[in-house]
Amino acid sequence: MKLHLDLALTHLKGRIRQTVLSMLGVATGVGFSIAMASLMQGSQLDFIRRIVDLTPHVVVKDEYRHPPEQPVRRLYAGGAVALTGVKPKEELRGIRNPKPRVAALNGIPNVAAAPILRGQVVFRYGGKDVAAALVGIEPKLERRVSAIEKNLETGSLDDLFAVANGVILGRSLAAKLAIEPGKTLTVSSPAGVVMRMKVVGQFHTGILALDQQESYALLKRVQVLMERPNVVNEIRLRLDDATKASALARRVEARLGYRSESWDEANEGILDVFLIRNIIMYATVGSILVVAAFGIFNIVSTIIYEKVRDIAILKSIGFHETDIRAIFLFEGFLIGGLGTLAGWGFGYALYRLLGAIPIKVQMFTEMDGLPVIFSLAHYAIAGGAGLAAAVVAGYLPARKAAQLNPVDIIRGAA
Amino acid sequence: MSGATVRNGKALIEAKGVTRVLPGPVPVTLVRDVDLTIRGREFVAVTGPSGSGKSSLLYLLGLLDRPDSGQIRLEGIDTGRLAAEALSDIRLARLGFVFQFHFLLPEFTVEDNVMIPMRRLGSRSLEAMRERATAILEELDLADQAAKRPHQLSGGQMQRVAVARALANDPPILLADEPTGNLDTKNAERVAAVFERLVRDDARTVVMVTHNPELAARADRRIRIVDGRITEDTGRAA
Repeated sequence: MKLHLDLALTHLKGRIRQTVLSMLGVATGVGFSIAMASLMQGSQLDFIRRIVDLTPHVVVKDEYRHPPEQPVRRLYAGGAVALTGVKPKEELRGIRNPKPRVAALNGIPNVAAAPILRGQVVFRYGGKDVAAALVGIEPKLERRVSAIEKNLETGSLDDLFAVANGVILGRSLAAKLAIEPGKTLTVSSPAGVVMRMKVVGQFHTGILALDQQESYALLKRVQVLMERPNVVNEIRLRLDDATKASALARRVEARLGYRSESWDEANEGILDVFLIRNIIMYATVGSILVVAAFGIFNIVSTIIYEKVRDIAILKSIGFHETDIRAIFLFEGFLIGGLGTLAGWGFGYALYRLLGAIPIKVQMFTEMDGLPVIFSLAHYAIAGGAGLAAAVVAGYLPARKAAQLNPVDIIRGAA
Repeated sequence: MSGATVRNGKALIEAKGVTRVLPGPVPVTLVRDVDLTIRGREFVAVTGPSGSGKSSLLYLLGLLDRPDSGQIRLEGIDTGRLAAEALSDIRLARLGFVFQFHFLLPEFTVEDNVMIPMRRLGSRSLEAMRERATAILEELDLADQAAKRPHQLSGGQMQRVAVARALANDPPILLADEPTGNLDTKNAERVAAVFERLVRDDARTVVMVTHNPELAARADRRIRIVDGRITEDTGRAA
């Protein structure tokens, strides 16, 4: 093999400029692949981390996944009689008498549960009307299921008890209303109840939807505001291990009957966007590697064209087809290997550069910089793809070279 | 340069009814029904007009090409039944080729060029390969050129390096296709002298295709080919 390697290296040295260019092609593909992967996966993980940290892992909603079956259908299943105009009974939405259910859920090991009543309200302050969601919480339970307390910039959840009608607003919502903690605003509910509430705190999660749209008050106050006493519309659960959320959601739904959504199901649409985004990213980077592979194909083909006489003499000496193939495969592999090494360095440099760019991003979440992550898997995947492209690009001309008939070449040279 | 297998008088290469046709819209018969036996320690010159099939016969005898019909036996082995890899192995160990064009690898030194067949065979240590390359180059009066690259040599020197490379694995048979075709008289004479010495002192067999009547006259046996057929064979008469 040393001989094959020597021959391959000699060929590449003879075409050093094209070799370096082809190598740079691979390096570019590998480097950008690593940088893009670190950025894409970084932003995805950042989003998931925020979701997992800030929002409940499972939400039990006051609705059913499938509408309850009509008794008439149950009674005459498969019957020949067709019933039309059957109207389901209108039921008031909400989880009534939630306490025993919450207590039962809190009894599950490694699970914390808290009820909430969420409703749309209009905040009025200083002539501004802003619609937002008001979430009624029980602070003692809520602080176990969400990170809202951690994200409070001013005030605390206990301050909700300190005043008669306290409310905590998201930073962006407060900014929209141009209100500061300590001020009192007016809250109107769809039930027509109007209440004056005092701002006792302000939170900032970094998730725009929450910061702009959410506010918190005591559950009892919100139940009064919405005219829904002893009713909640969600029970929020938090697990010690967020990866078990889907399984728990299924169990809870089977037990309570209410639709129970895990955090990944609730954000399925966004996670699908990430998937599509990753496909686009890998397709783009893949195309760079394909272009690099063409470069390798080109240089190996050129070398073969130039070295047909060498191939002829080597075969006449007694080199096998596999030897000739190995020589030119080595050439593709060397370009791919060196390009991959350079690409790893380039990718790492890009990763550091992207991570250091101070940039304010406001998409699903707020960021002060690009959320890049370092993962050896990115380097392994990009390197593997770079090498694979190089080997395929080298193999095709190498196979052709191995099949050359030395007699034809020698006759042509004579 | 001793060590080659000596089979004086024994048949080294036997061709029986060998025919080679070049396929194409109009097939061309290169070699037609040739019967030939090359024995050990023979210096054979193959002559004939251009396009008569001399080189084609040499490629067939050297297992670079396969006949369309007939049989070629090399040291008693029917080569028609062997796979391409086995034929390559025979060429590597038992045959040496010299062509009209030297075909030296330009990026390698003279010594490296000579060592290539030995490195492919892999039967010696690197040190032993180097010693053998040096010995062959000394024998061919090229010892002081070992570190040079082919482009730094004269045409005659390059051709002698090609001979040295052909002898690297100590083959008993050397096949040369117009080895002096590109050389001046003086250099052609030196190459011819090398071939004579290889047969006389090293007991090798040399089969040489040539247009040069003077060179052919120095061979022990002369075979003339016209239109792919052997029309004259001094060895057969003997």
